[in-house]
Amino acid sequence: MGELKTEKHVEYILSVEKRKDDFVSVVMEHLRLNGAYWGLTTLDILGKLEAVDQDEVVSWVMQCQHKSGGFGGNIGHDPHLLYTLSAIQVLALFDKIEVLDIEKVSNYIAGLQNEDGSFSGDMWGEVDTRFSYIAICSLALLHQLDKINVEKAVKYILSCQNLDGGFGCTPGAESHAGQIFCCVGALAITGSLHHVDEDLLGWWLCERQVKSGGLNGRPEKLPDVCYSWWVLSSLIMIDRVHWIDKEKLVKFILDCQDKENGGISDRPDDAVDVFHTYFGVAGLSLLEYPGLKAIDPAYALPVDVINRIFLGN
Amino acid sequence: MNQTSGTTVAISLITSGFILPRKGVLSSCQIQITEVGEGRKRYRKMHGISRKTPSQDEQEASDLKAAELRDLQSQFLHLHHNKIYTKEALETSAKLLVVNPEHYTGWNYRKLAVQHFLDHQSETEVDSESIQLVLNEELRVVENALKKNFKSYGAWYHRKWVLSKGHSSMDKELRLLGKFQKLDSRNFHAWNYRRFITMLKKISDEEELQYTTDMIFDNFSNYSAWHNRSVLLSHLFEKRGKGHSHKESILEEEFEFVRNALFTDPDDQSGWFYHLWLLDQMVKLEPLLLSSWPPHGCCLYLSVDDYIGCGNLFPRIHFQSKDRMFPIVLYFSEAVEGVNSSTVTIEYEYYSNDDVIWRPLSANRFGCAQAWLTYLNFPDEVHFLKDSPVKVVVAQFPGIVSTNGVSFSQTSYIEFSLCVPSHDREHTEGQTIPRILWKNEKFHPHITESHDASLLNPLHQLKITEEGKSKSSDWSMKTIANEIAHCRDLLSSTNCKIGKLTLARLLMAQSKLISYCIPNDGVKVHYEEILGLYHDLMELDPVHICYYEDEHSLVLLKQVTLSMESILRYCHQYGDSISPSMDSHFCLRLNDLSLSRIGNVERLLWIQMLDLSHNKIRSIEGLEALQLLSCLNLSNNKICSFAALDPLRMLKSLKVLDISYNEIGAHSVDTRRYLCSFPMTHAVKNDWNFEEFANVGVDLTNHWDAFFIFRGLNLIQLDILGNAVVSDQLKQLLFKLMPSLNWFDGENRN
Repeated sequence: MGELKTEKHVEYILSVEKRKDDFVSVVMEHLRLNGAYWGLTTLDILGKLEAVDQDEVVSWVMQCQHKSGGFGGNIGHDPHLLYTLSAIQVLALFDKIEVLDIEKVSNYIAGLQNEDGSFSGDMWGEVDTRFSYIAICSLALLHQLDKINVEKAVKYILSCQNLDGGFGCTPGAESHAGQIFCCVGALAITGSLHHVDEDLLGWWLCERQVKSGGLNGRPEKLPDVCYSWWVLSSLIMIDRVHWIDKEKLVKFILDCQDKENGGISDRPDDAVDVFHTYFGVAGLSLLEYPGLKAIDPAYALPVDVINRIFLGN
Repeated sequence: MNQTSGTTVAISLITSGFILPRKGVLSSCQIQITEVGEGRKRYRKMHGISRKTPSQDEQEASDLKAAELRDLQSQFLHLHHNKIYTKEALETSAKLLVVNPEHYTGWNYRKLAVQHFLDHQSETEVDSESIQLVLNEELRVVENALKKNFKSYGAWYHRKWVLSKGHSSMDKELRLLGKFQKLDSRNFHAWNYRRFITMLKKISDEEELQYTTDMIFDNFSNYSAWHNRSVLLSHLFEKRGKGHSHKESILEEEFEFVRNALFTDPDDQSGWFYHLWLLDQMVKLEPLLLSSWPPHGCCLYLSVDDYIGCGNLFPRIHFQSKDRMFPIVLYFSEAVEGVNSSTVTIEYEYYSNDDVIWRPLSANRFGCAQAWLTYLNFPDEVHFLKDSPVKVVVAQFPGIVSTNGVSFSQTSYIEFSLCVPSHDREHTEGQTIPRILWKNEKFHPHITESHDASLLNPLHQLKITEEGKSKSSDWSMKTIANEIAHCRDLLSSTNCKIGKLTLARLLMAQSKLISYCIPNDGVKVHYEEILGLYHDLMELDPVHICYYEDEHSLVLLKQVTLSMESILRYCHQYGDSISPSMDSHFCLRLNDLSLSRIGNVERLLWIQMLDLSHNKIRSIEGLEALQLLSCLNLSNNKICSFAALDPLRMLKSLKVLDISYNEIGAHSVDTRRYLCSFPMTHAVKNDWNFEEFANVGVDLTNHWDAFFIFRGLNLIQLDILGNAVVSDQLKQLLFKLMPSLNWFDGENRN
């Protein structure tokens, strides 16, 4: 299986940043702010965040902000919670949250809470527990959770809890590891994990590990490196991560590396991308792979960044 | 897949109506086992694309496509920013969305265009035909986009948005869904959309249940269908209220239905969780009061100074209390909420029930716990009490509810009496406190059986009435026995993991039900068999070995504490002479048992000295119920962080703690961080004074978790060596937090 090709991955991420003309980059143009978060967090975990021009990134991020306070996925694209969180996370990485008009951003986020406690992703009203997580995570990072009705937000998330212990995107929707991360993360941040049946959910999550060592996102699906993050972080938050075989998972992730050109893919020998490179490296960090910065399972930011924000050191 | 793969298996169900008849094999009811997985269809761009380098031709074609798309995107943004909604402009956006359905701003633009059109309509005359035309065009664009990417959130939401305007045919939507769900029966967007449409069209749960039956017949490896089934059935159970017989017959049918899937291909997970959910429905019973401290019928002997005296400790139960108060603990069969002075009343001469405050004993379940605590005190002027009676009546009024919503309805009570000896001697100050040595030679097996049964058998006789044995538990017992028989049957022909795990769970469920049957009908729980099953599973499925170890630990603790005899086997006498300051010569030694977690401590509420060393303990959740605990040995375990010691914060009597040789500080990931009230969570206000510690040279930012755990403890002896976290700085902090600390890592600090 070999080891983590740190240098190659750093090179890969820096090259993606520069490459704006190939088809994949153009297709992903609308979510470039997500891409920035994935790439920069990966660099930070790998200890190479200084390789990017911080001022340039911060200035670009701020150009994605709208009058409403929300951020678009790129300059000229509409504002949405999905990109607002990424913007806050990127600024947090650089310890630059102060450039934000916190009042304005947090008002935008808080304004998207609905009567039942749920959150819309933007003014068009799509409701999803992903947006509950984003709102709660963003506001917590800004120390502005008091702006929303936390109790109702938690109640809505719990209404999406399923009989297998997992969570879906709306009430009645099937459990999915990505959605479970969002809901468990939101409950963790609001101090409400006592509503989760750790043993039931933990069993469902640990059964996501398939023979190859990789994790899938739902029963009878193929494994995928991105679930290393969704499943692992959830298992850690509910203290059941020992229920999977960590060594086998490390091997699976390392097998998905492109050892020549850097980057990590969903499964061995597939094409790499920034998304999977981030989730692979972040997954390895959660697995305590040597030489990587620790990442916080709830906020999806390096632990030193989180400690800086919440413990003020 | 296992050996049954590819075969056609008849399943004994027919498809008409909501209730599934028990037998009746129809040719149309055959399930073709096919391997399903995401591998068959790949929609999403970022997944499943081969890594190979493109040929020159391919590269050129791709570059051309990229250039076209870039043009299209910038054209589109220009239109969007200038609010141009002409026919041509809309065509540009449609073209863009078919190439890139995830372009969310593209969908927003189309919504603006529709709204623009509708606003324009209302000014003149409403023309429903042209409205319908516009909306149909939107549906067409969405359909094309979905053909390109079936998982596009933006496309699905746009469709919902259009539908919510009215004017669209639901039947057409159902037909389209039918087509899509055939192509990918696990697509959760399609299932979500289906629930949305059935709600709009007011399709009954029964009808939808039939749809899931059909889907499962088509391919039982469809977790999405099983999931929807559990959602629909839960609705139906709720709607039809408490008609037991109705629910019972459905559950029986469902057990058979899912069992067939499990038995056909035991490796396919689709039915596993559904079966577990059904089983959970069987044991969702009223919470019971399992035990208490003080135990029912005992006589509690209180001494108000630190001195116990040399006299015979037994048959009376002693409790020291300088504060003239003692704890009362109630332990329920599951976590409950609503324990307060109106649901639990205390009749005691020196106390008004209204003053009683009950606290949940749980490290992380706010307002909800299996164990509840309150303190009773007796007035300063009382120096002598003889057999003063105390009666605790639990659930005299309704209001105690389990976490899964079942109410505690049967009144139970415990009675004990209180004695305060008149000849309490003055406490001699300044005596040396001897160190507790957790060495084998200091312990002697406990062989005397003359002790008061009320101490060692705190399973007091609660007055549970005959109604406690309800009809439904009879039925549950029978159904579970039936499932156990089926499971044994399966295991006789194949050695499969899910069979063994299911059998172990069924046997545990049976043991839970037995506690509801009074008198017990002679059904014995075979803990040995359950333990054996978990041992087999550790070998059969080593990937999940720690899961089975955790389950094994809970069963083992249940077995160990099953009766007075079994507990006695683990009881030891500490020391050779009676220690003058500690009432903890009686030690429960559960060391070296491969325990990895704690649970089922209802029969151990009286324990004051506990040895859990040389196990594999990661979590001590559950220990918080042992309110009398004063000496605890957790050395040589697998505790990974200070946060894992959170339950200790609730043990106000704890004086001696050994956590040496664990893994505190050895891990970069703290798995307990979010299960306790740390400052990363909204639940806690950060009121810590970091500066105070900076003065004594302690940087709290590195040890804030230790600060959080130890600031409320008042230990006199602590062993912590053999943990990666130990440093001079940490020691300084601990000394400052616990000035009473007399023994530290074996050294006397005075």
